[in-house]
Amino acid sequence: MNTATLTDPALEPAFDLECSNIHKRFGSVQAVDDVSFKIPKGSFFSILGPSGCGKTTLMRMIAGFEDPTSGDIQIKGKSVLNTPPNKRNVKMVFQHLALFPMMNVYENIAYGLRCIGTDKAEIDRKVKDVLERIALPDVADREIHQLSGGQKQRIAIARCMVMDPDVLLLDEPLGALDLKLREAMKIELKLLQHQFNTTFIYITHDQSEALVMSDHVAIMNEGRFEQIGRPEDLYHNPQTSFVAGFVGDSNRWSGRVTAVEGGEYRVETEAGLVMTSARAVGQGISTGAAVSIFVRPEFITARKASSAQSGTAENELQGRVDSVLFNGANSRVLVRDPAGELIEADVVVTGGAEDLRAGDAVTLEWSAAQTMCFAA
Amino acid sequence: MQSDIKRLSLILLFAPFALWIALLIILPHMGMVVLSLREKVAPRVYEFGFGNYIDFINEPIYWNTLLRTGSMSILVTFLALLIGFPIAYYIAKIAGKRSRGALFLLCLIPLWVSDLIRAFGWILLLRETGVISSFLTDIGLIDQPIEFLYNDITVVIGLVYTVILFMIVPLVSTLDGMDNAMIEAGYNLGGNGFTVLRRIIVPYAMPGIVSGCIVVFMMTAGSYLTPILLGGKNSSWFTEQIYDQFITRFNWESGAAFGFLLLAFTSIVVWIGLRLTGQTLANTVAKS
Repeated sequence: MNTATLTDPALEPAFDLECSNIHKRFGSVQAVDDVSFKIPKGSFFSILGPSGCGKTTLMRMIAGFEDPTSGDIQIKGKSVLNTPPNKRNVKMVFQHLALFPMMNVYENIAYGLRCIGTDKAEIDRKVKDVLERIALPDVADREIHQLSGGQKQRIAIARCMVMDPDVLLLDEPLGALDLKLREAMKIELKLLQHQFNTTFIYITHDQSEALVMSDHVAIMNEGRFEQIGRPEDLYHNPQTSFVAGFVGDSNRWSGRVTAVEGGEYRVETEAGLVMTSARAVGQGISTGAAVSIFVRPEFITARKASSAQSGTAENELQGRVDSVLFNGANSRVLVRDPAGELIEADVVVTGGAEDLRAGDAVTLEWSAAQTMCFAA
Repeated sequence: MQSDIKRLSLILLFAPFALWIALLIILPHMGMVVLSLREKVAPRVYEFGFGNYIDFINEPIYWNTLLRTGSMSILVTFLALLIGFPIAYYIAKIAGKRSRGALFLLCLIPLWVSDLIRAFGWILLLRETGVISSFLTDIGLIDQPIEFLYNDITVVIGLVYTVILFMIVPLVSTLDGMDNAMIEAGYNLGGNGFTVLRRIIVPYAMPGIVSGCIVVFMMTAGSYLTPILLGGKNSSWFTEQIYDQFITRFNWESGAAFGFLLLAFTSIVVWIGLRLTGQTLANTVAKS
């Protein structure tokens, strides 16, 4: 190999994976529709979408189990369309892990190395090394069924990482774990990714997994990428109503623009609530346009109507507490507004006398800047 | 009280099984053993001895027939596996959900017809004046009719046909339980088609393979109709020897000894097979 290519950053492709204009059609169903993205070296990239959105198909195309109808997939700058799956340096952690039950841990990890003809001493060294790195140095001789869920997870990752892949694909591998373990594995996966410094592509329908672990997230819906961005961007600056509704919780209304003044939009919901929005996304939002309106519960403050404070926010309405959803720091109230709809708002429940209770009259307020409008 | 009822229901449930084992398996076999250990010294005078077994060893035609039956049964088992595995793989892994049931049913259809009728079907096809022979003469490929019956190849073909279903069924059920992702993982980690078959699919299906092989081998070695009808008088199948001793020669003592020897022989072959593949009987039977 030419050593210049290793040292000269200009000759090293900057992207581990590049997909351009991928389409995939199954009969009359367009599973993946014109998807393009680039993943920089060593980053943690998630594809987040509801089930059936085409994310698994996309991943299977990257791994080589499906061929795209049109478009190109490049790994480290080289097109892999004509490379069969066993020749691509893309490894995959399957949803149910697909560890081989008839082999022990050592053989599971050594399988890939044996396939490419690594010699025995080298296999020994590499397996031992990767087991150290996933902090399970003593399990080499165990059978798969003797491992706990979290250990299996790590072995499945080790089995791929020992092959030193350009890209590691993970297909909802945390789905089968219980909640506590899932929370722990989220952090562990992120740490493993840092340690191996390999590009991870993580597929999930669980937004908290995607938001917690990823450097970048792509939101996928009906075969298309709706938006690609850093997790906080997606949360705070969604570009489409699907992203606004899918990422995080929101109060959502359908309505119509009644007036536009400067940067502010007067909107009226179908039930007749009137509010002001300073954030309209999408083209053609003018007076009379149909819009979807989103307000996140944490940006709505609820205070007792009897309290002396007066609000400074642009939007304010009166309601009555329907119920209090106590969940520690994430507690919420459901407030019935004058139009009879329920609005969610985050509250702090201290356990004291000033806490809101069902039946209390409350004032809800939120700023126009946190009221997002999307062309419907 | 509660435990009494439990115990009673257990006994009642267990009784038919115990009766079946005791009356239909243990008792007749004990009778066979006793019978086989009697020597006829004069009409209606018997004494204890191993004479029947010694006769078997001293007469090469007897143990040659047993060895021939054993080796041909192994060949039949091997061929049934070779042909059955791709069929089972197709049914379990490649065929769509809906065609799977239909294909499985197609495999079962021959079972609706008795062994005897199926063997006669083969005779119709293969005899000198049969379908294949006359077809070949009609198109001028051969000058005079050929007798396809009464040779070893025909016997093997007929036996494979009779038993292959019992190979396919356990194979389909084990392969069905295999997650497709496991095969994909095999490719993903760099294996080619052969490696995936050898290192992943076959080891996974091993319990099914072994249990299919046991059933097929036992059925073949113990079969009577197919070898006699397709192989004729010269098929030299060991069951034919046993039949001969019991019915033709009316030598029950010797027949019982032969029957017992067949059981011992096939059991040893199965035991060796299990040892070679590293499987246990419990493992294979429980899994498939």
